[in-house]
Amino acid sequence: MQADDTDRRILRHLQADPAISMAELARRATVTEATASRRLERLRTRGILKGQEALIDWRKLGWEVEVSLRVTLDKTNPHAFDEFTAAARLVPEVLEIQSFLGRVDMRLRVIARDMAHYQDIYRSRILTLPHIADIEALMHIADIKRGEALPL
Amino acid sequence: MIDLDDMDRAILRALASDATLSAGALGRQLGLSQPTTWRRMKRLSESGAIAGRRLVLDRAGLGFGVTVFLGVTLATKGRVSLEDFERAVCAIPEVQTVQHVLGLYDYRLRVVATDLSDFERVLRRRIMTLPGVGQVDANVLLSEERRPGPL
Repeated sequence: MQADDTDRRILRHLQADPAISMAELARRATVTEATASRRLERLRTRGILKGQEALIDWRKLGWEVEVSLRVTLDKTNPHAFDEFTAAARLVPEVLEIQSFLGRVDMRLRVIARDMAHYQDIYRSRILTLPHIADIEALMHIADIKRGEALPL
Repeated sequence: MIDLDDMDRAILRALASDATLSAGALGRQLGLSQPTTWRRMKRLSESGAIAGRRLVLDRAGLGFGVTVFLGVTLATKGRVSLEDFERAVCAIPEVQTVQHVLGLYDYRLRVVATDLSDFERVLRRRIMTLPGVGQVDANVLLSEERRPGPL
């Protein structure tokens, strides 16, 4: 294991409040400030802590519609995954591209300004992506739990 | 809705890849003064355009080898309140995100586990015992990438 209990405790507190000062982080994790900063540096060097991202609230920016598109690919073509993914990257409204082992092959998280805009993106940019065998949509209503915190 | 100009969009793009950037460093990148950059960053946070920060962690390096997306359909709609289900599911530490959706499922969950047998434990003991839970459909995550979005 690359991270011990102290590392995990520091990461847990940092994860709960990423903008926290080093002094406050050290206090909550019950270590000295020097230890906290040394541990974080080591976690960065090892590639465990890769950085921090700001979370954009697209709804506040006027992107009212969010849809999960679950795509089944035509797997008779050996390049289906790669070509689908490369083409999906070119659609600006696609926020996430995931691949799965299971009932669906790929998932795209797509946003749009309103339903008319979504219909336009869906018809002109999504349905034209290569190797789609089947596609189903989940309309996003609300985030009940967000942030993707790990149970450290 | 918040109106953004090109400079706001450039600031959002930069912070979306590195939220720890200081107003000084970001200003130098964009050719703005530190106070101007700071005021714009403050407005983006206070208006809610930036909803918060997320640590980018190596899940596998921390021992979480498996991520599974679950589509959950409630069995007894109306009898068990959505609030009961939501409260219980949010309390499970391995459940990273919960989304209320419309379509084939009622909820979409992102679940992490150390390995597949650990996932089975979470599924049997914690997910399947949730109030009102009906059918559960699982897809194991193989790869994922986040895109910058239409900024």
